[in-house]
Amino acid sequence: MPAVAETLDTVQAATEGGYKWGFSTDIEMEMAPKGLNEDIIRLISARKNEPQWLLDWRLAAYAVWLKMTEPEWAMLNHPPIDYQDLHYYAAPKKKPGPKSLDEVDPELLRTYEKLGIPLRERAILAGVEGADGAPADGDRPQVAMDAVFDSVSVATTFKSTLAKAGVIFCPISEAVQEHPELVRKYLGSVVPTNDNYFAALNSAVFTDGSFVYIPKGVRCPMELSTYFRINARNTGQFERTLIIAEEGSFVSYLEGCTAPQRDENQLHAAVVELVAFDDAQIKYSTVQNWYPGDAEGKGGIYNFVTKRGHCRGARSKISWTQVETGSAITWKYPSCVLQGDDSVGEFYSVALTNNYQQADTGTKMIHIGKRTKSTIVSKGISAGHSNNTYRGLVRIDRRADGARNFTQCDSLLIGDQCGAHTVPYIESRNPTAKLEHEATTSKIAEDQLFYCRQRGLSQEDAVGLIVNGFCKDVLKELPMEFAVEAQKLLAISLEGSVG
Amino acid sequence: MLQINGLKASIDGKSILNGIDLTVPQGEVHAIMGPNGSGKSTLSYVLSGREGYEVDGGTANFDGQDILAMEPEERAAAGLFLAFQYPVELPGVNNANFLRTALNAQRRARGEAELDAVQFLKLARAEAKRLSMPDDMLKRNVNVGFSGGEKKRNEVLQMALLRPKLAILDETDSGLDIDALKIVADGVNALRGPTFSALVITHYQRLLDHIVPDRVHILAQGRIVKSGGPELAHALEAGGYAAFIPEAA
Repeated sequence: MPAVAETLDTVQAATEGGYKWGFSTDIEMEMAPKGLNEDIIRLISARKNEPQWLLDWRLAAYAVWLKMTEPEWAMLNHPPIDYQDLHYYAAPKKKPGPKSLDEVDPELLRTYEKLGIPLRERAILAGVEGADGAPADGDRPQVAMDAVFDSVSVATTFKSTLAKAGVIFCPISEAVQEHPELVRKYLGSVVPTNDNYFAALNSAVFTDGSFVYIPKGVRCPMELSTYFRINARNTGQFERTLIIAEEGSFVSYLEGCTAPQRDENQLHAAVVELVAFDDAQIKYSTVQNWYPGDAEGKGGIYNFVTKRGHCRGARSKISWTQVETGSAITWKYPSCVLQGDDSVGEFYSVALTNNYQQADTGTKMIHIGKRTKSTIVSKGISAGHSNNTYRGLVRIDRRADGARNFTQCDSLLIGDQCGAHTVPYIESRNPTAKLEHEATTSKIAEDQLFYCRQRGLSQEDAVGLIVNGFCKDVLKELPMEFAVEAQKLLAISLEGSVG
Repeated sequence: MLQINGLKASIDGKSILNGIDLTVPQGEVHAIMGPNGSGKSTLSYVLSGREGYEVDGGTANFDGQDILAMEPEERAAAGLFLAFQYPVELPGVNNANFLRTALNAQRRARGEAELDAVQFLKLARAEAKRLSMPDDMLKRNVNVGFSGGEKKRNEVLQMALLRPKLAILDETDSGLDIDALKIVADGVNALRGPTFSALVITHYQRLLDHIVPDRVHILAQGRIVKSGGPELAHALEAGGYAAFIPEAA
């Protein structure tokens, strides 16, 4: 497999140092004034031409949020966030769609170029009219992309192919206009507005995100992908993603993030809701690479995310796979509520922290239905002065006869200044449930490094190889192209962490 | 090929090598024999550059270069290979991947073209076949779940693929049954030729029945106390180390 060799190449290419995707784009922005109040929420809602019910929903969430306080149970330290010092709305100025790439804002194109987005997809992303009708490259799997450029989705791709299959894949703001009945039915049905502090905030001020609807019996013909980027100074990002898989359908959704380098901390509080009906399957994969701050811990993204999937139907399955290498602070617990009988929840995670990064991440598996099954595989890698915590809950409800869980939490330490913590919560109210929990903590051994170096690998290549080996059980769950990207990221993120 | 003069080394302030003088000419296979604690493994680690081994004096010249000043990976690229006494496990790292990454790292360091996956697999399968190793050994994770014999054979496979100028075999015979020993010996013998030298470190004469050395050196208390032809190994087998180390008897 060429992936490791590629990883090594990438490490070499990246030894120039710094965050590869640390740049910002200067394009005309339309921005709301700083601060958060009902008027700002009304402004967001009005800019998006939202129906009254959605505005009311936002305002109710805001009212709830005002009464809540930031959660403090996570193993995270950060200066207080001034929620009044943020812009809650920023959008690239809308012009009529360009006719060709020549008409597209060159700054925008340069951003895509630095991100390594293929040319044809750039055209689609930039909203060039008719670009999404172009044929796909023969040797690549088809990936449809819905780019969130700051707070507004710039473009949506492959719409026509998806439409033929009856799949809806669009910005959630568009779904509010085109499919209000679906949005109204499912929005907040998995993560209610009062679920937690950050979910309430998101509900009040979310500006955009993705909406996916897979009709009954449809296998989504391509992998759905979104690029998120934070781009405007002090602009909080509050994406809202909603995926609904009707009976017997299947969808694989990829989410990848990069963000420009910044000195000031940036807040990110997304909400993702998944709903799977009878026999439906949702595979949700994330490679998260927000700016982690510099080597001294200055700057970096604060990432407070609520992700939850609801296996509503019998035999439904929701699978979360995440590779987390970025952010100064990560607070994230992609979870599954296993309500349907025989439903299955999976969580595969790699969380890597270096320098002064802090991650408190894990999952919740809530077993309600009979014979529900969940698998948790968590790989934490800590280097530098970072702190990495796995926090997970497995709850077996009284009715969940024959429920099963398997949990494996492995931690890998690089150096002697970092920390790894495992905090598993297990609550079982049904005596027929079977739960297994395995946990290991190890260090990259000196003899492993020496063995690799004796065979000709540099110290950094050796670390990359060993870390990728450690994460293999998770990486193999990612779609192929994503797995290659994730391997590169892991190697790059560990640069300079040894020796 | 390898020229060591007055090499002294210590671990944590404790002297282990007390002035080694040793020359291995190109194309020759030399054996180093010695009792436990004589410094055999230390010599192999000092030559390959393992951390924690302090060089206190002397020189080691390899193929015209001062190898003591080089990083371990630079020594590897220069053609120095160490077959480990205890090969290390790398969980999750595919053996073929590891070997190809290593080979290409060395080729890159030497300014040679890298092998693509297809070229590499062809080469690796041919070498594995020659060493009577099943193909699936390439697919497994590096040394994970390997038997003692499999680990040693994997070392020999790596050596065959990396084609070093000098191979140091650190007690490669330990823990091997006679069949595995023969396979390992055949692997080394197959590489013998005018551009391949080896330093075979062993406790027992047994291995030297299969890899017949050009010279045998006896190492005791961090020094070479006696050198001779292959017959020296037999004398040692008959009389034991005591005859060569009067003060340690």
